[in-house]
Amino acid sequence: MKITLKLFATFRNGRFKIAEQELAEGTEVRQVVLGLGLTEEEIGIVMLNGRHGELDSKLANGDTLSLFPLVGGG
Amino acid sequence: MDKIFRVNMTDLTTKIEEVPAAWAGLGGRGLTSTIVAAEVPPTCHALSADNKLVFAPGLLTGTPAANSGRLSAGAKSPLTGGIKESNAGGTAAQMLAKLGIKALIIEGAPKTGAWYNLAVGVNGVTINEEKELLGLGNFAVIDAVEARLGKKTGVLTIGPAGELKMTAANISVKDPDSKIRSHGRGGLGAVMGSKQIKFISIDGEGAPGVKIADPEKFKGAAKVFAKALLDHPVSGEGLPTYGTNVLVNILNEAGGLPTKNFTVGQFEGHDKISGETMHDTIAARGGKVKHGCHAGCIIQCSQVYNDKDGKYVTSGFEYETIWGLGADCCIDNLDDIARADNLMDDIGIDSIETAVMFGVAMEAGILNWGDSKEMLRLLTEEIAKGTALGRVLGGGAGSVGRTYGVTRVPVVKNQGIPAYDPRSVKGIGITYATSTMGADHTSGYTIATNILNVGGYVDPLKKDGQVELSRNLQIATAAVDSTGMCIFVAFPALDIPECLPALIDMINARFGIALTGDDVTNLGKHILKLERDFNQKAGLTSVHDRLPDFFKTEPVAPHNAVWDFTDAEIDEFWNF
Ligand code: SF4
Repeated sequence: MKITLKLFATFRNGRFKIAEQELAEGTEVRQVVLGLGLTEEEIGIVMLNGRHGELDSKLANGDTLSLFPLVGGG
Repeated sequence: MDKIFRVNMTDLTTKIEEVPAAWAGLGGRGLTSTIVAAEVPPTCHALSADNKLVFAPGLLTGTPAANSGRLSAGAKSPLTGGIKESNAGGTAAQMLAKLGIKALIIEGAPKTGAWYNLAVGVNGVTINEEKELLGLGNFAVIDAVEARLGKKTGVLTIGPAGELKMTAANISVKDPDSKIRSHGRGGLGAVMGSKQIKFISIDGEGAPGVKIADPEKFKGAAKVFAKALLDHPVSGEGLPTYGTNVLVNILNEAGGLPTKNFTVGQFEGHDKISGETMHDTIAARGGKVKHGCHAGCIIQCSQVYNDKDGKYVTSGFEYETIWGLGADCCIDNLDDIARADNLMDDIGIDSIETAVMFGVAMEAGILNWGDSKEMLRLLTEEIAKGTALGRVLGGGAGSVGRTYGVTRVPVVKNQGIPAYDPRSVKGIGITYATSTMGADHTSGYTIATNILNVGGYVDPLKKDGQVELSRNLQIATAAVDSTGMCIFVAFPALDIPECLPALIDMINARFGIALTGDDVTNLGKHILKLERDFNQKAGLTSVHDRLPDFFKTEPVAPHNAVWDFTDAEIDEFWNF
C-alpha cells in the first residue's frame, strides 16, 4: 500500500518534507517512526488524515501521515 | 514600599498614593481589572474622561524570575465595550516595578486640544505639553525620545491610529533593541489618545529596585522554575527555534487554519508562510532566529526578520499576524506580510484585529484576495493618514463588516477571532465565546491540549470536555497574567509538576507570604468573576457569549465541522 508521509519542524533536518512511501499492509505508525531513525519519545504529534493518531494506529492505503516533534506557540 | 502613581489629565495634576490594603496582593491583570472595576463607571463611553488607563507590572516583575517582565494595561475597551487587559513585553514593566510603581493610573481628559507626554521617574510623574512628535509613527517616537532623554529611557507610545482614536489602535512598548512590542488588543491606544497623551517616558535613574523578602528561598525556586522552562520541549526548544509560527503547518494539517475569511480550514500556500520556511529565511538573511521581548526571557520565541539585503524588517513576528494576513487573506508572500507587520507597529494598530479586518475587507470587495500590495497601500495611505476609508478599516473587523454589509464577520464582542477555527478546534471556540476580553486565544489557550498534546489531550472535533478545559485554562491564565509571567510558561506548567509550585514559591518568597495552589486558583476565579461583573454592568451579558451564526451554518472543510454548542452548554462555563 501507498501512504503520503509529511515531516515537520526539526524532523525535516536531513530528511524530507513530503514523500510517498510504499508500506506492507497493516504497518503501524510506530514502525514508520522507527524507520525514520526517530524515537517514540521524540514524537510530539501524530496526525493521520488531519486527525490525531497514535503510535499504534494502523495505516491504510492512501493515508496521509504527518509527524511533528513537540512544538507549540500561540 | 510600592506606590500608586495617579495622573489626572483634566486638571493636569499628579499624585503619589499609598497602596490600599485590598490591592496589596495584586499585580498585572488582577490589579488593572480591580482598579478599572472599582473606579470606571461600566456604562461610560470608553473614550470619555470617565474611563481610566491603568498600567501595572506583575507580582514578580522586576525580580530575577525568568520571563516575568510583562506589563498589563487595562481600561474599558472602546472595541468590545467591556473590560480589557492586554499584556506585553518590552522594557517598561521592569523599569516601573524597580521604581516601586505598583500601578500607574491615568484618568480624566484635557479640556483643550493640547497634547501631552508623561515623564515617569523616581519622584513621580510630570505632565509636559507635546507638539513636536504628534503625528509621528512609533519608531520615530522611540528614536526621538531616546535622543531627547537618553538611550535607556523606557517608552510607551501611540502612533497615528491611537491619536485618531481608532478602535483597533494599540499601545507600543519599547523593547530592549529599541524596537516595539504591543499592548495589542482591544483598542487601548485609542484610550491613551483620548487622554491626549502621545507617549510616556520612564526614567529608571535612582530606582530602589524590587526587595525580596526571602532571597534564599527565592533563588531556589527561581532555579527550579527556570529549569522547567528549559526542560520542556515546547518552551525549551520548539518556541526558540521556530517561534509561534510553527503553528501554521500544524493547524493546516489539523484543518483548523482559518483561510479566506474563515471559509476553509486549510491554505494552499501554507508552506511558504510556515515557521519552517521563516526559520530558514531568517537564518539565510542573517536575522535572529530567537530573541527575547524583555531582559530575563529565557524562552525567546521572538525573532528578527530581515529583507533580502539583510536589512531589518520586523521582530516579534507572530503566528497570529502571519496567519491573518497570510491564510485568512490568501497571501503567500512572507516578505510582504513582514512589511505589513512593521507598518502596523509603526502606525500603532493591533496586528490581529487588522489582519482579521483585511479578511473581511477582501470579502467586502475593498481589495482582492491575496493582493498584498494593495494591503500595504491601504495601511500607509488610508489607515496611517486617517482618511474616511482608513478610519473604517482602523475600526477593525466589526467596523468593516457593518459598514459594507458583510455577514461573515468573525468577531466576538466585536473583537476579531484569531488564528484557530472554532469549528474544528472546539475548545478555543468556548474561550472565544466566554472570555471577558472578547475573542482572545491567549485567555484560555486550549490549543495546547486540543492540538499540541500539552496538558493531556482533548479531541478538538468533539464537544466533550471543552467547557471544562477552557474554564480551567481561563482561571489559570487570569492568575498567571497577574504575575507578570509570559503566558508561554503555561506549557511547562501543564506538564512538569515542579513548575507551578516553584512559581508560587517565588511569589511567596518575594512578599514573605504563604499562598497555596488553591489560593492562586481562587485568585484566577475572582478575577474572571470581577471582570464578568463589570461586563454585565456595561451591558455585555450571556447573549454576547456567542459565536457569529455563520459558524453554526457553514461547515468548514476538510472535516466539515460546524459550531454545535447550545447556548446552555456555553453558559455552563460560568458555573464555578
Ligand atoms: S517567550 Fe516570547 S512572548 Fe514570552 S517573554 Fe519570551 S519573547 Fe516574550
